[in-house]
Amino acid sequence: MRDSVLIVDLNNYSYEIEQRPDLFEKWIGGTGVAVQLLKEYIDPKADPLSGDNVIVFATGPFTPAYPLASKTVAMFKSPLTGNLGESHAGGRTATSIANAGYGAIVIKGESKKPVYLVIENEKVYFRDGRVIWGIPDSLIVGRIIAENEPGRGIRTMMRIGGAGEKLVRYACVTTETYRHFGRLGLGAVFGSKKLKALIIRGRKKYTPVDPKKFREVYDEIYRTAIESDAMKKYHLLGTASNVIPLNELNSLPTRNLQSARFEKADEISGEALAEYSLGRRIACSHCPVACIHLATLRIPYENEPYFFKTIMISYDYELIYSLGSMLGVGSRDGLLRLIHRVESYGLDAMSTGVCLAWATEALARGIVSEKETLVKLSFGDVESYLKAIDYIYEQPNEFYRHLAMGVEHASGIYGGKEFALAFGGNEMPGYHTGHATYLGYATGLRHSHLDSAGYSLDQKVKEMTPEEAVDRLIAEECWRQILSSLVVCFFARGIYTADLISRAFEPLGVEITEEELKKKGEEIYREKLKLKIDMGFNPENLTFPKRIFEVKSLHGTLNEEFIRKAKDYYVKKVKEIVG
Amino acid sequence: MKQLVVKDIEKCVGCGLCMYACSRKSAKTPEIGNSKSGILAVSLSGFERGATVIFCRACKEPPCAQVCPTGALKPKKGGGVVYIENLCLGCKYCMDACTLNAIFEREDGKIAVCIHCGYCANYCPHGVLAYEEVKA
Ligand code: SF4
Ligand code: SF4
Repeated sequence: MRDSVLIVDLNNYSYEIEQRPDLFEKWIGGTGVAVQLLKEYIDPKADPLSGDNVIVFATGPFTPAYPLASKTVAMFKSPLTGNLGESHAGGRTATSIANAGYGAIVIKGESKKPVYLVIENEKVYFRDGRVIWGIPDSLIVGRIIAENEPGRGIRTMMRIGGAGEKLVRYACVTTETYRHFGRLGLGAVFGSKKLKALIIRGRKKYTPVDPKKFREVYDEIYRTAIESDAMKKYHLLGTASNVIPLNELNSLPTRNLQSARFEKADEISGEALAEYSLGRRIACSHCPVACIHLATLRIPYENEPYFFKTIMISYDYELIYSLGSMLGVGSRDGLLRLIHRVESYGLDAMSTGVCLAWATEALARGIVSEKETLVKLSFGDVESYLKAIDYIYEQPNEFYRHLAMGVEHASGIYGGKEFALAFGGNEMPGYHTGHATYLGYATGLRHSHLDSAGYSLDQKVKEMTPEEAVDRLIAEECWRQILSSLVVCFFARGIYTADLISRAFEPLGVEITEEELKKKGEEIYREKLKLKIDMGFNPENLTFPKRIFEVKSLHGTLNEEFIRKAKDYYVKKVKEIVG
Repeated sequence: MKQLVVKDIEKCVGCGLCMYACSRKSAKTPEIGNSKSGILAVSLSGFERGATVIFCRACKEPPCAQVCPTGALKPKKGGGVVYIENLCLGCKYCMDACTLNAIFEREDGKIAVCIHCGYCANYCPHGVLAYEEVKA
């Protein structure tokens, strides 16, 4: 197994490579290994925006052996929540790290001047980043570096835009233009370290212990991916296919969740985008699905007739929700322009949308005035949102400085907590499906809908007790620790069953039974929870904004009592688990 | 004779499955990774402009074989080259000589070049590549 760990120290521009078979044998890779490395290198009390924060990138044993093992786990202390940050991205991140020879990369310290890093097999180059520092558009940064650095086709290029430099707490790291370590503010951590970009390239080989079996299992995974229904949803309309069904189920957060139905859902649906805007599909490295949907947006020059700029914009369900329905934006072109603006600065779309939705309602309610917001924010008004996104980056006044620290923080200053839609400090994803989804946001160790898929539980199960809901969410999250340790794309979870995983390990020389896998998932969950607690997480402090109880969902009006019981039970569970 | 051909380059999504297939092509000694791959998927200066693949186009008069000092690369009948690894010094003159930049460096410093075996065509999910009879 690939067990090299590269440790880069930005304090003195040095690096070392360690072989850590102990780590990878016990903790698989990805999340499992990242938790351990972070524990080793970080003081849990570290200030997330100081040189004491540490970033771990970890890949898994199936990269680059099998298709769909296309993701990298980033782990760090989140400047948004002040707690554990974990974020996943595809693109070429995973294959490039693996092809350069590494299982994981640790970045510690902070540079005095802006730099960007180039990792090429066993070498690390610290490059002067002063000239590209200050360029707010992450797309431009990408183009400049691409011109300067070799490794076309085999390199990953992670970088931040202006939002990361300005320490917006929900700035993302963009990779290969359209993929992101989106959530929890890795971009700001890059920014605080004066790290503008990270390029990784290499051409390594690994050999299976059982060549024949290896090719057989490979073919099985490949065939299932392209022939079965397991990934159909992502094949066709992509995640955007969720818009219409969720809207019909009263589950599409609209206008800061003042409603869960959006009258213009049809306009911004996966179907409409496919019909009118879809211009191209691309893929993460080593993925046959190519779920990355790029819309074509043709914008006329302001003052010159018959001149157009044509830009390609990547869309997914979460962006349609957060910058579309959540902001009451029902025009496709308007939505795409908002996505493009957020992409350029390198902001997390979900956090940005939720922050702006809260600000819009706060303005309408008179909690803040136009003196604070500078533009007259109103639902559906694309032009003022474009301006407001500029302000989140520029932070021209105190209000935007606070808004750049997240909705929980801003509502703590100005009020309006009841309709500030964050859980555990992280702005909510786009599913108002029922109790389980909210319990999932709150209890999920990343506060992500993907931690435990409460939205799917809500859709599958009609009646659950609070205890059942919590148990099922934890069980799902435990299993997903395996997926994120391998690290396979969560969209391929239907393919990578316990049985297949166990068989796929064999030709790589690892024996592990389905039972052992499940146990390991629980252990990784426990380790991660412990680290979270060390960083100050206290489940008793979890709160649920009032708003979620006011708007009918798929499960009708949600019940505060249910949530309270579930929370009490979760608090008990946490104690049990960490012992 | 059969060759690896491009059916429709505009359909390429840049997934690189062909590249990983190429490293796996030997039934006896398949490799994991990209070291031995003779085909490369790239974006067209950013994925916003799409993707393409780069591999040997089976030249009738291959310049790479002409500059190879040891005869490790030999012109093949019908176009393209055969690569005799044992003779290869790793000087990489061939890499410079190829107008398409379709010869790549392996981990061990020797080279990787497409030998038109067709294995990768089975793994292109989007109909970009095919393995077909071509007129000499
Ligand atoms: S035809 Fe064979 S040698 Fe050429 S790129 Fe495909 S797999 Fe590699
Ligand atoms: S497998 Fe096909 S679509 Fe994928 S990179 Fe190769 S040629 Fe392009």
